[in-house]
Amino acid sequence: MQNDIVLSMRNISKSFPGVRALQNVDFTLRKGEIHALMGENGAGKSTLIKVLTGVFPKDSGQVFLNMDGNLREINVKSPYEAQNLGISTVYQEITLCPNLTVAENMFIGRGNYRTVSWRQMKKRAADILEKLNIPARATQQLDTCSIAVQQMVAIARAVDMDCKVLILDEPTSSLDEQEVEKLFSLMRDLKARGVGIIFITHFLEQVYEICDRITVLRNGELVGEYEIKDLPRVQLISKMMGKDLEDVSALQKKKPTDEKPDEPPVYEAVGLSSIECTNAFDFRISRGEVNGFTGLLGSGRSESVRAIFAADRITGGKIRINGKDVKIKKPKDAMKHGIGYLPEDRKRDGIVEDLSVRENIILALQVMKGFFRPFSRTEAEEFADKYIKLLGIKTASMDTPIKSLSGGNQQKAILARWLLTNPQYLILDEPTRGIDVGTKVEIQKLVLKLAEEGMSITFISSEIEEMLRTCSRMIVMRDRKIVGELKGEEMTQDNIMHTIAGEAV
Amino acid sequence: MGSFFRKLTRSQLAIPLFALLLLVVFNLFRDPEFFSVVIATNNDGNAVLSGNLISILNGASAIAILSIGMTLITSSCKGQDISVAAMAAIAGSVFVSVLRSNEITIPVILLAFLFGCVVSVLFSLFNGVLVAVFKIQPMIATLILFSAGRSIAYWINGGATPTVSSPLLVSIGGFIPGIPIPTPIIIMVVFLVLITLVLKLTNLGLYTQVVGINEGTAHLNGISPVLIKLIAFVISGICVATAGCITVCRIGLINHETLLLDAEMDVILAVAIGGNALSGGKFNIYGSIIGAYIIQALTVTLYAMKVPSAAVKAYKAIVIILIVVVSSPLVKEFVIKLNKKLFRKRAEKDVPVKAS
Repeated sequence: MQNDIVLSMRNISKSFPGVRALQNVDFTLRKGEIHALMGENGAGKSTLIKVLTGVFPKDSGQVFLNMDGNLREINVKSPYEAQNLGISTVYQEITLCPNLTVAENMFIGRGNYRTVSWRQMKKRAADILEKLNIPARATQQLDTCSIAVQQMVAIARAVDMDCKVLILDEPTSSLDEQEVEKLFSLMRDLKARGVGIIFITHFLEQVYEICDRITVLRNGELVGEYEIKDLPRVQLISKMMGKDLEDVSALQKKKPTDEKPDEPPVYEAVGLSSIECTNAFDFRISRGEVNGFTGLLGSGRSESVRAIFAADRITGGKIRINGKDVKIKKPKDAMKHGIGYLPEDRKRDGIVEDLSVRENIILALQVMKGFFRPFSRTEAEEFADKYIKLLGIKTASMDTPIKSLSGGNQQKAILARWLLTNPQYLILDEPTRGIDVGTKVEIQKLVLKLAEEGMSITFISSEIEEMLRTCSRMIVMRDRKIVGELKGEEMTQDNIMHTIAGEAV
Repeated sequence: MGSFFRKLTRSQLAIPLFALLLLVVFNLFRDPEFFSVVIATNNDGNAVLSGNLISILNGASAIAILSIGMTLITSSCKGQDISVAAMAAIAGSVFVSVLRSNEITIPVILLAFLFGCVVSVLFSLFNGVLVAVFKIQPMIATLILFSAGRSIAYWINGGATPTVSSPLLVSIGGFIPGIPIPTPIIIMVVFLVLITLVLKLTNLGLYTQVVGINEGTAHLNGISPVLIKLIAFVISGICVATAGCITVCRIGLINHETLLLDAEMDVILAVAIGGNALSGGKFNIYGSIIGAYIIQALTVTLYAMKVPSAAVKAYKAIVIILIVVVSSPLVKEFVIKLNKKLFRKRAEKDVPVKAS
C-alpha cells in the first residue's frame, strides 16, 4: 500500500502577513491517479501547489516523495529543484515561448549541457510527441499550434522530465470541448503510465469525467479527501462552500418586489450576445430590483454583464431602456443611458494605478461630461471629498495614487466613481472580492439602500450567501448558458446548488 | 515654505530643475559673465539681445516644441516616435517648395506653413494608425518614416537643396525688426501657452494618462484609446511642421540630409530628462520642455568651455548618464531612505522635549 503513494504532504501550514493561507493541510497522491484539488477562490489551492513546487517556503509540515519505492522527506526550495525531483507544473497561462519551435520549447532550460545537438533534440521531441499522440511536428513554431496543442506540448515537456507528479492548474479554461477531450485522453494515457496527476479546475463536469479522487479545501483548511463515487456533485458544492445542505433554510427577509407590471423594465435585452458571450440571452431588470448572476467561475456570468455594458464587441440583440429602443454599442453608450459597471478584475479594468484617488473617482463622470469640459480642481475635490467621506475610503489624501490604497479601499473608490455618475442601473461584478468582512457587509448594505432609493442593481458574487442576502432574483449559469432562474421562495442555497450542478431539484 | 519644498522634491520636476540649476551655478562659478545679456546690433542694424542665455533659449526652441508632441505620444502609446526629425525635413521641404513657387509675402508664408502642417499631420497620422489601430510597437512603426522620410524630402526637393531668401523669413528664423527677442523663442512661448490652454480647457491630459496607464479601464470608462493616441500624433504633427519651418527660416535653405539631424534622439532624451517614464503613463509636459533646455544649456556650456565640437557629444553623454542615473528609481529609493534616517534622527532629538 505504501508503494502506491507518490506524494504525501502532512500538516502543511503557510501564513502570509495577516492571512493564514494553509492550516495543517494533508494531501496524498497515489500512483496512476487523477486527483482533483477543489475549493473556492482563496481556499488555498494555489498556495498548496506553490508550497509543493517551491515557489513559497512552507512554515511547517512535511512533504514526502516516493523515490525508488520509499517515501523520503523532501524540502523543495525552488521550482527548478521541484522539476528535477519529478514534480512538474503546467499552468493555466501557457508559459512557453511562442516563437520557438515545439522541440526547442520542450528542451530549453534543462540539463547542464553546454552544447546542443539539434538533431538529437528534434528526434527525441518527435518520439515523445508520437508516444503521447500529440498532433504537432517537432520543428513547428509553437504559436502555429492551437492552444490545446500548446498546452499538450507543455505537458509533454513536463512528462519528459521523468515526472512522477504532474500538476495541471486550470489547463482547460481556454479550451473548447474537443480540445478538452484530446487533453483528457493524454491525461488518461499518462495515468496508465503511473504518473500521479493533480488536476485543478473550476469545471465540475470535468472533475466527474476524469478524476478518481477529490480533495476539498476551504479557507486554507482541509475539508476532506473523497473517492469520486462517494461524493455527488451537490455535496461537493456544499463542501466547497462550507454549508451543509440540511442546515440551509430559506432566508427570511423583506426584499424589493421583483416585477412591477405597471412600468416597463429599466433595462431589457432580447437575444443579446457579444464576442465573449456567444450564447444570446434575454435579460431584464425593473426599477429598484436587485438581481444576480450566479454560477461557478467560468460559467459566463461576467461575460453576460460585460455584454450588457457593451464592454466586449456586441454581436447582436435588442436593448430597451425604460421601454424605449436604444443602441448600446460601446461603454460610453451604456454610460449615457445611465448604466454603471464595476468590473470583476479591479486591477486590470478598474483602477488607474498611478493616478490619484480624486482622478480615479471623477473619471467616469468626467468622461460623461465631455472632453472639452473638464471639472475645475475645486469641483473635482468636492466630489472626491464627498464620496471619500460617504464610503469611508481610507486614504492619506485625495491626491494619493490609488495604487497605494488597500484592495478594499480601491474597490470603494471605483464604486464611488460609478455612484458619482448617479446611474439608474448599476452592475457590480464581484464587488466584494478580496475585501475584508467588514467592508463586505458595508457594500451589501449599500446595495440594499441604493435599491430602496430606486436604483436597479445586478450583483455578482462568488459567495452565494452574499447574493441570497441582497438579490431578489437569481439567474443561474452553467457552461456559458443560462440554466435557470430562481426567485422568492425558490431562492435557497439548496436549490441554487442543485441548479448549478445541473440536477433536478 | 517647508511644505512647498517637500512638494517640490516629490514632484517629477525636481530632478530636471535641479540639473538645470546645477548647470547654471556651474557656469556662474566658472564665468560670472556667462549669463550676461547684452544689447548688440546685428547685421541688419537691429538692436537685439545677445548672450549665452539667449542662444540657449533660442537654440532649444525646435527640440522643446517637438518634445510637446513626443510627450503626448510617449504617455499614451508607451513608446516614442523616432521619425519626427525626418518628418520635419518633409514639412520643411513642402514649406520651401510652396515658397519658391510664389512671391514671398506674409500670406504665402502662412499658406506654406499650413501646407507643411497638413503634410506632416498626415504622415504623423500614418504612424498613429500603425500604432493605435494595428498595434505595432511605436519604434517599429515609426522606423518606416525614420528611414524613408528624408528620401521623401529628397523627392520633394528634386534632389537639390533649394534656398529661400526673404527678409520675412529672416525675421521668423532670427529677429523681427524692432523686437530684440529671437522669434523662435516667441514661437516656443506661444506653443507653451497653447498647450497649457489645451491641457487646462480639455481633458486631454487626464485621458492620455488613463490610456497610457490602463487601456482596459479607459475603454470601460468610455474613453477610446485609439482616438486619444491619434490625437497625440496629430498634435505631434503640428509640432513637427513648426520645428521644421523654424529651422528652414533660420538657415534659409532646406537640406533634407541634415535638417534637424538626430534631433529625434534629443527630443526623446528631453522627455526622459523631464522625469517622464518612456514606458508611458503619467506625464508632465513642462518637464520635457525643461529637459530640452537642459540639453541645449549643456551644449552651449561645452562650447563655451572650448570643447571641440567633435568631442561635445561624448561630454554630453557623460552628463546625461549622470542625470538618468540620479533619476532612476533605485537612487530615488536610496534618497528617500537617507531622508528618513536623517529625519528620524532629528525626530528623536525632538522627542524628549515633547515628552517633558
